[in-house]
Amino acid sequence: MIWLAWRQFCLPGAAVFAGLAALAVVLALTGPGLAREYAAGIAECSGQPDGCADFIRQFLSDYDNAFAIVTGLVLILPPLIGLFWGAPLIARELETGTHRLVWNQSITRTRWLAVKLGLVGLATMAAAALGSLSVTWWASTLDLNGDNDAFPRLSSLVFDARGIVPIGYAAFAFALGMAVGMLMRRALPAMAVTLVAFAAIQIAVPSLVRPYLLPPTTATVALSPSILDGISRPVSGDGMEIRAKAPDPGAWLLSSRTVDASGNTVAEIPVSTTSGPCAPSGRPQDSIARCLDELNRLGYRQQLTYHAPSRFWPLQWIEAGVYLALAAALAGFSFWWLRRRLS
Amino acid sequence: MSAVLEATGLGKRYGKRWALSDCTLDIPAGHVVGLVGPNGAGKTTLLNLAAGQLAPTTGSITVLGGRPGSGPAQLAKVGFVAQDTPTYAGLTVGEHLTLGARLNPGWDGSVARQRIERLGLDPKQRAGTLSGGQRAQLALTLGVAKRPELLILDEPVASLDPLARREFLQGLMEAAAEQELSVVLSSHLVSDLERACDYLIVLVESRVRVTGAVEELLATHHRLTGPRRDLDRLPADQHVVSESHTDRQSTLIVRAGGPIHDPAWTVSQLSLEDLVLAYMNSASAPAHRPILEVQR
Amino acid sequence: MIEFHLDERSGLAPYVQLVREVRQALRLGLLREGDQLPTVKEVVAQLAINPNTVLKAYRELEHEGLVAARPGVGTFVTATLAGTSLAAHGPLRQELRRWLAKARRAGLDDESIEALFMTTFRTAAGEDIA
Repeated sequence: MIWLAWRQFCLPGAAVFAGLAALAVVLALTGPGLAREYAAGIAECSGQPDGCADFIRQFLSDYDNAFAIVTGLVLILPPLIGLFWGAPLIARELETGTHRLVWNQSITRTRWLAVKLGLVGLATMAAAALGSLSVTWWASTLDLNGDNDAFPRLSSLVFDARGIVPIGYAAFAFALGMAVGMLMRRALPAMAVTLVAFAAIQIAVPSLVRPYLLPPTTATVALSPSILDGISRPVSGDGMEIRAKAPDPGAWLLSSRTVDASGNTVAEIPVSTTSGPCAPSGRPQDSIARCLDELNRLGYRQQLTYHAPSRFWPLQWIEAGVYLALAAALAGFSFWWLRRRLS
Repeated sequence: MSAVLEATGLGKRYGKRWALSDCTLDIPAGHVVGLVGPNGAGKTTLLNLAAGQLAPTTGSITVLGGRPGSGPAQLAKVGFVAQDTPTYAGLTVGEHLTLGARLNPGWDGSVARQRIERLGLDPKQRAGTLSGGQRAQLALTLGVAKRPELLILDEPVASLDPLARREFLQGLMEAAAEQELSVVLSSHLVSDLERACDYLIVLVESRVRVTGAVEELLATHHRLTGPRRDLDRLPADQHVVSESHTDRQSTLIVRAGGPIHDPAWTVSQLSLEDLVLAYMNSASAPAHRPILEVQR
Repeated sequence: MIEFHLDERSGLAPYVQLVREVRQALRLGLLREGDQLPTVKEVVAQLAINPNTVLKAYRELEHEGLVAARPGVGTFVTATLAGTSLAAHGPLRQELRRWLAKARRAGLDDESIEALFMTTFRTAAGEDIA
């Protein structure tokens, strides 16, 4: 049976692994160069008065295309596997009637599925591991500084494409494709349904599930420039709204509200922006600092809920575990359905 | 002789529709059994139940003393060639033989190789590019080379041209002779089965209508023609299978326990096709059909 | 080695046809004592008929004393039907030709000739047995 499972998996497997091998080669060739360039640049700018902010900004901007491409590749790997390895696994056999041939050989259906599932399942996890870990290694210098910039590691697109969660996603996409294919009995429609279902789940999880995998940090802090992301004035009337960010760079902000001295949430702080301390005058930094001091004196505080950047690996492990458990549940369901219901 | 297939009250339902109902069979081993019936009668369902591909809704079925599909040992005893003789289009002929060898402990590689050679199949050719007849022969080889005790075939020659059909049946009968196989094969055409089968099951609208050895069936069924008369005057051991009447003449097809003595009847022999058609007609007629009259 | 043929429309059971063909071959000298009949497998592979049919035909021939089965080897001819009958064929055929000419001159058509012959033949055969 291992021979047959291998022979059936040959072509679809080779296609994906060939692509991954090519990717790995490209990453292996360019990775060390990238690291060297970064190290050299940091060494050069450390002694300078402005620090390395300019160099880093330039560095990230130079590589932003490459960053987007490798991240994108890791993001599409799990659904690719789900579609091309998972959906046809059982559906193709049911569609062409070959299940009647293979289930008449001296092998039980359970063993048949177990071998196919085991072989391709392991290949799935290996492929995802190869893709994700090689990209994580290559992009380490970019990720490190992304925390200071537009793409922190905890942001949903980057988190989904680094570390070990892609292994969980791939295993889940594979199991999902297999189960959907078994239920629908046709490979092509199964691929479509798997894609839609997987995409829906991947969109929902970062906002509905991931924040609650670990208890976030809640802090009530005084208003200060370090947590200020921006100030905006409403269209009519007078007042201001505070847009905050988390104190640590790269943290993942879940919610932020301004509260007054008695602890009530205010969306808009009723303070005049045309006169008084919060009216703009002089240099913007001084103007803001004066305004915030006044707001603090009035008792306004900012309540922040966020996950610190150090939460990256714990969240990765937990989320990967959840997806692997889902994949195992789908696999178990498939065995049950195969024996009891495909009759 | 032990039974190769025993079924009691066997039934299979899909949703609301019963594909097979109340099927009771006792088929002895050592025969080539023909399963005949119109399309949709339940032949494929019955054969899939016997091969262990489906599980029954009601009743029970035993094949070679075991429950179908109940484990590798039972699966090794039964060969199955499903409808449209499925093969893996992407695998070559040789790889199909490797499949058989790897998945069946009882595989006889020399039988398989000899058949393939004699059929002139190229081991390197992909099964997807074979003709219908060649694919059917490949599927037959896979079923035969694992040395089963029973071989089940679901309409194997339905879509084959006459030459391919004859060659397939030749190969099948040769294997049956050589390995002393019991065979159950289905078709919706009696002519496919007439030469090969010595035991018959007629299945119409999900029920078994008649079953028995062909010789015995032909010996006990007769066509009676004679002047028009009422049917309740027939002796008790004569059972009317089908009837038709004109205003002057009655023609009956009867199953009789003994010889027909009534001199008013002209008794003639039935062909197997006539017999099967009689049972198919009687099945489609409602229970209390008014007597068909041809008015002058 | 002889080859069998089946006539599906003859109305005769297949095994009867096989028996007849063997007898015919014996009569014509195509099969001689000691010749091997085709194996069951060979017959079945050629005609695509049920193996039991062939077995039945061979058993019948064995019962008539014409052949004998040697287990593991095959079925062999043990007696012959040819010989004296061949020699008598010529004169018998000539007589039959004359009789046919007479029947035609008497005004009988083909079917009447056949019917006359068959009924007389059967009655005579019945008298012989009795």
